[in-house]
Amino acid sequence: MKKKTMFFGLLALLVSAPAFAADPSVDEIIKKANVAAYYGGDDGRAEVKMTIKDSQGREREREFVILRKDKEDGGAQLFYVYFKKPSDVSKMVFMVHKSTDKDDDRWMYLPALDLVKRIAASDKRTSFVGSNFMYEDVSGRNLAEDSHELAQSTDTHYVIKNTPKKPGEVEFSSYTVQIDKKTFLPVKAVYLDKNGKEYRIVEAVKTEMIDGIPTVTESKVTDIAAGSSTVSTFSNVKYNIGLKEEIFTERYLRRPPAEVRK
Amino acid sequence: MKKKIAAALLLCSLPPSVWAADEKQSLAERLNDKYGVEMLGFAETRLGARLVDDEHEDTMSIGEARTQLRLSRDFESFLVQFKGDLLADAVTEELNADIRELNVSFRPTDWADVKIGRMVSTWGTGDMIFINDMFPKDWQSFFIGRDDEYLKQASNVVKTGFFFGDYSLDLVYAPLFQGSEYIDGERLSYYSPAVGSIVGQNMVMEDREPNRWFREDEFSARLATSFDQIEAALYAYSGFWQEPEGMDMASGKAIYPPLNVYGASARSPLFGGIGNVEVGYYDSSDDEGGSNPSVRPSEYRFLTGFEREIGQELTGSVQYYIEAIDGYSSYEQALPAGMQVREEYRHLLTLRLTKLLMNQNLTLSLFAYYSPTDNDGSLRPKVKYKLTDQWQIDGGMNIFFGEDEHTFWGRFQDNTNAYIGLRYNF
Repeated sequence: MKKKTMFFGLLALLVSAPAFAADPSVDEIIKKANVAAYYGGDDGRAEVKMTIKDSQGREREREFVILRKDKEDGGAQLFYVYFKKPSDVSKMVFMVHKSTDKDDDRWMYLPALDLVKRIAASDKRTSFVGSNFMYEDVSGRNLAEDSHELAQSTDTHYVIKNTPKKPGEVEFSSYTVQIDKKTFLPVKAVYLDKNGKEYRIVEAVKTEMIDGIPTVTESKVTDIAAGSSTVSTFSNVKYNIGLKEEIFTERYLRRPPAEVRK
Repeated sequence: MKKKIAAALLLCSLPPSVWAADEKQSLAERLNDKYGVEMLGFAETRLGARLVDDEHEDTMSIGEARTQLRLSRDFESFLVQFKGDLLADAVTEELNADIRELNVSFRPTDWADVKIGRMVSTWGTGDMIFINDMFPKDWQSFFIGRDDEYLKQASNVVKTGFFFGDYSLDLVYAPLFQGSEYIDGERLSYYSPAVGSIVGQNMVMEDREPNRWFREDEFSARLATSFDQIEAALYAYSGFWQEPEGMDMASGKAIYPPLNVYGASARSPLFGGIGNVEVGYYDSSDDEGGSNPSVRPSEYRFLTGFEREIGQELTGSVQYYIEAIDGYSSYEQALPAGMQVREEYRHLLTLRLTKLLMNQNLTLSLFAYYSPTDNDGSLRPKVKYKLTDQWQIDGGMNIFFGEDEHTFWGRFQDNTNAYIGLRYNF
């Protein structure tokens, strides 16, 4: 009898819990979303195909393999991008040591000249390899750059409005992000220009569960103003493959690791 | 001879079926599926003309059709790479082949990498200025509008890298010194101190080519490390001047005097950009402290540079370079009467601007060299447009100017040219 009471009591608590639970704080939501979007596992590998369509419907393609290793969730990360297509950029490597408290370090390796070039990383809001994705879409925008507010909380999503702290450094006035309540993955971001008009949309088109980690396997950026768009598909995604930190050094720029060559 | 063998090899590696369209699969796909061989390359044509009259040179500065084929096969424990160019040159009226890569690389232990064969090598921090990078260049290609890739010549070397924690030691051994492709008058004219004027095909410079394997050899070393965000390196080189900087009085031929180079460099993020500094001492061991007039004297070299983004898709960089003659007074005294005396210091500034437009498919760039001490320089404006992922078109100019004919850039002043190129990547 006693047991039964306890059981029902527990059940009642469970059922009624959502009614009492307040939404997590904005800070908590954006931190969780940042980790879900950019820090899956301790490291990862994906094959990426980008299709860039311009306003006249002409298409260009980029193919690359990306390796990532996290130093800490929400903190510093290492990226290694090995280009496969088009042919003129094949075997080029782009490497980033991402920091949250200082400018990122970026390198480019040009195999035709055997040249390791270090590149200035001041502006992260420029196009990544000529696509509609920006550097920040690929490696994540520093959370401290914006102030965040919870604009809406629906049954399935949190909607966060982000306003840049230094509006002079970016081309948008604000952007809203819809975050899936279950996975904490950002699924759609809408950017408003300086006149408050929607001009750019970044969205997760397809999401899959890979190695127990919710993963965006197709994403799309639409530049409404320019009439162009880019679709990225991610295949052979793997997590926790034990990437060594030394891969993200000059040694491996000059001699790409097996993880990207295969 | 070497070139002919290379041409034959290249032709053999290109059976007609390469170009035959397959109903189902391209040849590249078939090679990859069947043999695990990756095939890439391009075909291009390039045309250019001299904009300044030069009675000793052709009006056409460049006129060529080129095909490059890149093959690589990744075995479990080693990697084999081939890159060959086949070139039909209308200026020299020759068919040439150039093997730019034919090498095997492997990792004998966790802390060492080895690469043996023919390859291009680069290190150091300069942009189009080289202090500690003593690997062979091709200045002729650079000055007539070939792709930047061709500034670097391939050479036959054994390259080893050793890696210990944050330190790496690279050793490059070339059993036969090769030297850079310099301006010898055949295609581009230059100032001859012996004649006292600009000469070209009427006086093509002759040099004594090195041919003694393992005796006329070269050795390059680099010890590199990084701490915080700074990359630092020490360099050493033992070999020869990359260009014939000496004269053999008996034969009248230009020679490559022995040279040792010791240097250091550092590169780091700085003021929102990248800063670099590099120094080197060129020990011209036959110069007898500057008193041997038939050999280029020893020099100190210093370079510093800064690059940063200065606007939307716009990058700018500047460099400042100094060359100082060691033992200047002995050099000055020993020089025969009538010869042009070099200044003790040569200062050189460079500027690079790169602007990307139209989703990075259009690149506008300018590279400029200017020496305030020699009052001479060179300008390299360039436009490149990627029509599609396969087709690209580019064009540009190589402008040379100088107050005097005998200075570094002034001696090329009759070679100002413009070019255009069309390339298909496969």
